[in-house]
Parts: sequence; structure tokens; C-alpha cells
Amino acid sequence: MKQSVFPSKVLPYILLLPTFIILIIFLFYPAFETFRLSFYKVNPYTNATKFAGLYNFKKVFFNPDYGHSFGISILFSLLVVMLGIIISLALSVLLNQNFKGAKIYRTLMIWPYALSPAIAGALFNFLFNPANGIICFFSGNYTWLTSGNSAFIVVALAATWKNLGYNIVFYLTALRNVPSDSLEAAAIDGAGSVKRFFKITLAYISPTTFFLFVMNTTYAYFASFGLIDVLTEGGPVDSTNILIYQLYKDFFVNSRIGYAAAESLVLFCIVVLITVVQFKTTGKKVHYQ
Amino acid sequence: MIVKKRTIVTFHVLSILSVFIICLPVLLALIISSQTEVQVFSNPPKLTFSNNWVSNYTTAWNRVDLGRMMFNSAFIAIMVTIGKIIMSLLAAFAFTHFDFKGKGILFFVIIITLLLPVPVRIVALFDVVRGFDWINTYAGLIVPFWASATGTFLFIQRFKTIPTELVDASKIDGCRPMQYFFRVLLPLTKNTIGALVVIEFIYIWNQYLWPLMATNTDNMRVVQIGIKMLMNAESSNNWGVIMAGVIITIIPPLFVFFILQESFMKGFALQSEK
Repeated sequence: MKQSVFPSKVLPYILLLPTFIILIIFLFYPAFETFRLSFYKVNPYTNATKFAGLYNFKKVFFNPDYGHSFGISILFSLLVVMLGIIISLALSVLLNQNFKGAKIYRTLMIWPYALSPAIAGALFNFLFNPANGIICFFSGNYTWLTSGNSAFIVVALAATWKNLGYNIVFYLTALRNVPSDSLEAAAIDGAGSVKRFFKITLAYISPTTFFLFVMNTTYAYFASFGLIDVLTEGGPVDSTNILIYQLYKDFFVNSRIGYAAAESLVLFCIVVLITVVQFKTTGKKVHYQ
Repeated sequence: MIVKKRTIVTFHVLSILSVFIICLPVLLALIISSQTEVQVFSNPPKLTFSNNWVSNYTTAWNRVDLGRMMFNSAFIAIMVTIGKIIMSLLAAFAFTHFDFKGKGILFFVIIITLLLPVPVRIVALFDVVRGFDWINTYAGLIVPFWASATGTFLFIQRFKTIPTELVDASKIDGCRPMQYFFRVLLPLTKNTIGALVVIEFIYIWNQYLWPLMATNTDNMRVVQIGIKMLMNAESSNNWGVIMAGVIITIIPPLFVFFILQESFMKGFALQSEK
């Protein structure tokens, strides 16, 4: 709906001024400057810069460690997205049934949304730690965090667990908006509940699925930093060293500024790609924060 | 539709089972935080509550100055939330209730910000904040997060659903724009503000990467970093103490979540609907 407007010519600019001051100083300038630095060699002590063309990008792309990090990031995000979407959809369908207490169960299932990735990391570290982790004990003293593959799975599980609540909130809203008359018409036509779910419900909630696909992908790429720093620090032997963790180490620990800037540009391309997918599939905007 | 009694029982069983699995990590953390060091390391693990609460929680609180870090996190989260809500409200008001030159471009610029999450610009953001001498200050942890596309979009959606008659009536009454904003618009926006308080408070409270880089003194650290410091400080890995620290730090975001749950559910889901 188009809102009726006030005639003032100056006021809207004044209202937008604070937002744009912050955006320019803390978003656009740093982004622009990061992209610029990706074409320079930067001395970490003096901050002196020297134009280097595509030097940093060559170093990034021809570094096998970076390729490895890139690969496991994709694998990690796919695992987190698929586990997250399937489990939360199943739970949302359950919560959407008409029975007493569903609202209480809903609250009890979504509250981990309020926990941080770092907390999820600490909790799963406690459950899976090799010394006396409870889950290690109940899985025949298997030390999950000391082997690359199983550590990777633990990190993905922790990330999925933490984000279930977020997904459930959106799926519940979407399920409630599925028109009941289409479901009833299908029931009269003799479609069983399973068939109704796959033929009708899934189609109606597909915009939400796409939205959650994008949100969970960005979550896996970026927000899981704290989780990994607390749980594995990228190890063992780089098996959980996803792109954001690599960027942090290159920039903050190793002070490779131009190189890290080039890595940032790679991350930017990933964000753009995800956003384009989002626009193409649903015509909706991505809400990343 | 009539649902059979047996189906209802199945629903309850499945729900209880799911709730149990989802809550299990925190439940076990709660249990372990009540045990003595000997009980923590017992084999097989002891899975019942004990009575060492006070000792574990005070040890966790003192070992890494959790109090100071709780204050830092709370102060930062509150200041970011307030600033962000004010700025987003004003921006959304401008976009929905005025016609002005460059509106389309300015709106597009706000959309572009969605492509620039912190990691994408962190290298130079760090330089900017250091240039202001804002490392180890509250300003460095607060001000860069004041502008937000999420908040602006959420309020634009809310404002668009408000009947145009309200604006027309206010104009006839000779109401100036800001009077209309405070007297008419704000009271109608409570649920959306509530949702944004939950989203932003939790988002900032839970932040990790930026506070890790923008601070390096113990008295400016936030609780998320504090958890890792606590894990390093507990050299014997006494999980009873570490989990006590975890429980302490999840109380504020959970508190905000539970008291604002209803408006959060209403406002939050707006995000995916265009």
C-alpha cells in the first residue's frame, strides 16, 4: 500500500542523515578501502602500501590451503543448511498440529535461538571433549574432536542445533499461512496426509525454504566464527578451518593485510552470489545482519 | 477435523522427545555446574544434580571478572539496540511518508548494505576504528553498528500497513510530521519495536568476531570472549566451573527472549514476507 505523504522537502533528508553518516563511515568507506587494499602490498608495521595488481589474488588462488578451506566451507554450509531445514521443518509440522500444549513445546524448542555460536561451541566442547565428554563416554570412548572428519560433524551439529529455533519460527508462520481450503479439497479428492504435504504444503512454503536456505548459508559462512574459535580453533589439522576463520588468522594473527583484503573480496563474491540466487528464485530481499 | 486420541498421544511423545534432545546440552551443562571437581571427572559420568552450586558459580564469576564482562556486553547491546531502533525508525519514516528527490537511489544504497556484512569489510573497518582511537572503547563496539537495513526494512513494512486515513486526518488537523510520528505512528509500532529489541539485543550480545578484534584489555572484553578466557583459565578443565560461566552468560539474552517472545514471534516472521 502506498502511504499518504507529507509535503516537507527538507525533513526526509534530515531523518536519513544519521543513518547515512554511519553507513558511509563504517560500511561503504571500509568496504571500498578493503577492496582497494586487495590490490596492494601492505607493510604490517608501517602501513605503507605498494600497488601489486593481482598479486594477492594469485597468492590466494594458488594456495592449496585456501582451496581446502574453500572446499570445506561449501561442505559445511551444505550440511548445516540441509540438516537445519529438514529437522526444523519436521519439528514445525509437528508443532503445527492441533493439540494442547503445542505452544509450550514451541517455546521449549525455539529458545536456543537466543544462545550464541560461542556458547554452542562451549556446550558441544563439554559434551564431546576427549577427557570426559559425556557423549564420548556413551559412544564407546570415541574421541570425536581429535579426528578431522568427526570434529567437522560435531561443529556442523552444534551450528545446526543453535539455529533450529530461528528456522522453526519462520516455518511455523509459513505453515499457518497455507490455505486450509486447498488442503481440504485435496483431502476430498482422496489425497492422504503424506501426499497432501508433499503436493500442497511444500509448494506453499517454498518461498520460506528459499529464504531459510539463504539465511542458513550466510549463517554457516560467517556467524559460525565464534563456534569454531571456541570448539576447534579450525583444527584438528585445519579440518574445520572455514574461510572466515582463515581470514581472521591471516589478517589478525599473521598481519597479511593485502592478502586478507583479497580474501574479503572472495567472501564478498560469495555474499553477492547468494543474494543473486535469492533474488532470482523468490524476488525477495536477503536479510543479513 | 477429528483427530484420534492415539494420534494426540503420539504428538505429545514426539514433542517431549524433541524438546528433551534440544534442551539436553544445556540441561547437562546445568547438572555438571552443580558438581564438585571429583564428581565432574567421575567415570561413568554422574548425571544427577549435586550441591556444589555456590562454589562453581562464584569461582566462574571471579576467575575472569565475569561481572565486568556482563556489564560490558549488556551496555553495548543496549546502546546498539537503542541507537539502531531510533535511526531505523527515522529512516523508515522518511521512506514511507515523504516524496523526495533521490529516494529510489537512497533506498537502493540501503539495500546494498546487505551485501557488506562485517567480515567483508573487516580489514579496513579495523583501520577506521583504530584511526578514531576507538580500540578498547565502548564507542568502537557500539557506533559502527547503529545503521541497519534489517531494522529499516522491518519498520517500512509496518508503516506501510498503517491506514492512509490516519495521515490524511492528521494533516487536516494541522499535525506536523514529527507530531504525527510521535503521537500516531510510534504507539502503533510497539510489536515491531519489541521484535527488533529481541533481534538486536541477542545479535549484539552474541557477537564474537568484532569484539575479539576491537578489544584486547581484560576490562573491555565481552562475555562471549570471556567464555573462551574461562576455558583457558580453568587449566584443569573443570567443566563444572566452565559450564557455570556458560549458564551465567546465557541468562540475559534468554530473559529478553522470554519476556518479549510474543511480539518477537509477530514481528520477526515479517522479515520473510514481502
